[in-house]
Amino acid sequence: MSQKERIAGGVANYVDERTGAAKWLNKNLKKVFPDHWSFMLGEVALYSFIILLLSGTFLTFWFDPSQRDVIYNGSYQPLQHVQMSAAYASTLHISFDVRGGLLMRQIHHWAALLFMASIIAHLLRVFFTGAFRKPREANWLIGVGLVTLGIVEGFLGYSLPDDLLSGTGIRIAEAILQAIPVVGSYIAFFAFGGAFPGHVFIPRIYTVHVLLLPGAFLALITIHLMLVWYQKHTQYPGPGRTEKNVVGYPLMPVYMAKAGGFFGIVFGITAFLGAVASINPIWLYGPYTPGQISAGSQPDFYMGWLDGLVRMSPPLETHAFGHTISWNILIPGLIVPGILFTGMALYPFIESWISGDKKEHHLLDRPRNVPNRTALGAMSLTFMMVSLINGGNDLIATHFHMSINQIMWMSRIGIFVLPPLAFVITKRICLSLQRADRDLVLHGRETGRLVMLPHGEFVEVHEPISPEKAWTLTSHIQPQALSTATEDANGVAKPKALVNKLRSRMSAANAEQMPAATATEAQELEGGHH
Amino acid sequence: MTFSSPLSTVSKYRRHKYAGPVLVVAALLTIGSAFSIASALPSATKMTAAATTTQIAEGKKIFAAGCSSCHGLNAEGSSIAPALIGVGGASVDFQVGTGRMPMADMSQQAQRKRPVYNAEQTAALAAYVSSLAPGPSAVDGANLNYERDGNTAQGGELFRTNCAMCHNFAAQGGALSQGKYAPTLMGVEPKYMYEAMITGPQSMPKFSDKTITPAEKLSIIKWIKAAQNEPSLGGATTGRVGPVTEGLLAWLLGLGSLIGIAVWLATKAR
Repeated sequence: MSQKERIAGGVANYVDERTGAAKWLNKNLKKVFPDHWSFMLGEVALYSFIILLLSGTFLTFWFDPSQRDVIYNGSYQPLQHVQMSAAYASTLHISFDVRGGLLMRQIHHWAALLFMASIIAHLLRVFFTGAFRKPREANWLIGVGLVTLGIVEGFLGYSLPDDLLSGTGIRIAEAILQAIPVVGSYIAFFAFGGAFPGHVFIPRIYTVHVLLLPGAFLALITIHLMLVWYQKHTQYPGPGRTEKNVVGYPLMPVYMAKAGGFFGIVFGITAFLGAVASINPIWLYGPYTPGQISAGSQPDFYMGWLDGLVRMSPPLETHAFGHTISWNILIPGLIVPGILFTGMALYPFIESWISGDKKEHHLLDRPRNVPNRTALGAMSLTFMMVSLINGGNDLIATHFHMSINQIMWMSRIGIFVLPPLAFVITKRICLSLQRADRDLVLHGRETGRLVMLPHGEFVEVHEPISPEKAWTLTSHIQPQALSTATEDANGVAKPKALVNKLRSRMSAANAEQMPAATATEAQELEGGHH
Repeated sequence: MTFSSPLSTVSKYRRHKYAGPVLVVAALLTIGSAFSIASALPSATKMTAAATTTQIAEGKKIFAAGCSSCHGLNAEGSSIAPALIGVGGASVDFQVGTGRMPMADMSQQAQRKRPVYNAEQTAALAAYVSSLAPGPSAVDGANLNYERDGNTAQGGELFRTNCAMCHNFAAQGGALSQGKYAPTLMGVEPKYMYEAMITGPQSMPKFSDKTITPAEKLSIIKWIKAAQNEPSLGGATTGRVGPVTEGLLAWLLGLGSLIGIAVWLATKAR
């Protein structure tokens, strides 16, 4: 034993004798995780969050979250002697007079966009593979909470610099607050400490942006990861993989190295974007004053769909009992997002109620094997994409020489027509992919080799697929429709007949499947003329 | 023959099978370049009374040939085009000088394109339209010393208050209703910006000298030019059109490359 090893061993022994860490570490460093690229989307979100914390802390050293008026006297000439808020002036100061400030600002903003993009990609992966099923419903709920908070946190960050674009966003947020029936104007007055824009909103959202929400994120992310640790990671189906094991690599050394390296890559790409691509050039927007606005004012993409919904809503208003109800803001700004996010949060429970499946699941679904869920996901994505595209309708109009009114009408019709269409088409695609799987198992792979038989007939040679692949293609659970009788044996209607009927119909739709090929079928075929 | 003179060398190729086409191309090139040089030479226009009279007559002729089918024989307008009596030379100079008039087709809005008429013809048209009734006269770009007389910061404030709502915060242009649009102001000559402000072409409102003084107009132009010439601070711009292109870049380049790397990392482990 060398001198170095002796010292290291001595230190480790000292710590272990006092904490008992060796046993715990020995167990947990060997923890096995399955390997798949799609399991790294959540990692991107986690690393972006760390980058956000670090770059955000840097920005707080100079940012002055105050709406008091100052006269700009920094190094950006086109705004020389312009009256502006201290928040905007300090953001200009960070951008032009703090060493590395602009780079940090841009890294912070790009990391925020990557954070939201990777959360959404991670959420889609979890949804389409059914990773939210028992026992992971709670973690799904935490995830929905994280994406919701992420939207809010991002919006607050976008609002803080108090440039013309920020102020426009805050103005719309105020309009959405005001659209809440009856109490809306009181809530808006409370939030802004009086009439818009006031002098308290930026300091208030600053506290929320740098203290309250990051704290909530830290807590939720910790629980999210602890649950992944405790419940173990899901894995894709394959030979040797069961509901009771995890096939993969140990944390130490494989995932320690991989995760560390991947963090470096995420940081590298964010820093690269921050260094070469300008984002949110606040100096061009100018300071916010309520009398000004820019054409093409848009939110960041994670709010873009909301903006798109507001842009497509017809001007509906009701005046009743001295109150105005602005349906044109209330429906797209509050009711529709409320329904969407509530539905998303409750989805694991809804699906298990429809399918009657109460079992634990650690093996993921291939999306084609659960056509209804996949189709529902495609339908929701289509809804979001139509809204998002309409959120950029003015840029689409100018860049593709279209009429903004046409785009709006296409969106108004598309938002009702396209999502159901996407549902039907996706479901059909899933069923045909199942049919193709079945075909592959029963008839083997097409080799493209033609053989002429002695009597002149041409046949294509099919090669049987490997047993591993055949197992992967046939091992999935095939749901059965719930048979919920509406009457009991004596012909008396059961209570909740309507609900039961709805449930059994949805369950039947959910169970619509191509039967997976069975061994008997395969044998019969082999025994036959094939 | 022991030696060949240059002439005889040329004469040798006289009956070459490519001689004809080569000569035609050479002739076309000579005529074309001579014409383009001639037309590019600045034509000194002396605004004497006599010249103006001939100019008006010349303008009337061009008007009758190129404009009257829509604007009417006496510029009185029609169901598809406005009357031009009283619009002044500034309007003509802007619309014809930027190639918007004559219109290429009856679309939502006249687009900027290569001018159909040269400077002299445009001046003649302007003189003719000015002769119908008084109106703002064409602006001489040489007199607009915005670099000396303008104030960038003040121009920026005025731009954000009066112009950004249609032309975008960085003067990149924006959409209006029914396919109309506010064009980008990048690369627009100062005199056309000035004329647009005093005449209010197409969907644009008119900014009289009482609303925005001539000095303030120069400040606006100075700010637009400063924005145009500003080096792209903080890296390549994504078009200066706001968060839409930024979001696109974050998804495609940012998350796209990270997914690519994740696939690579997951493959290598096998």
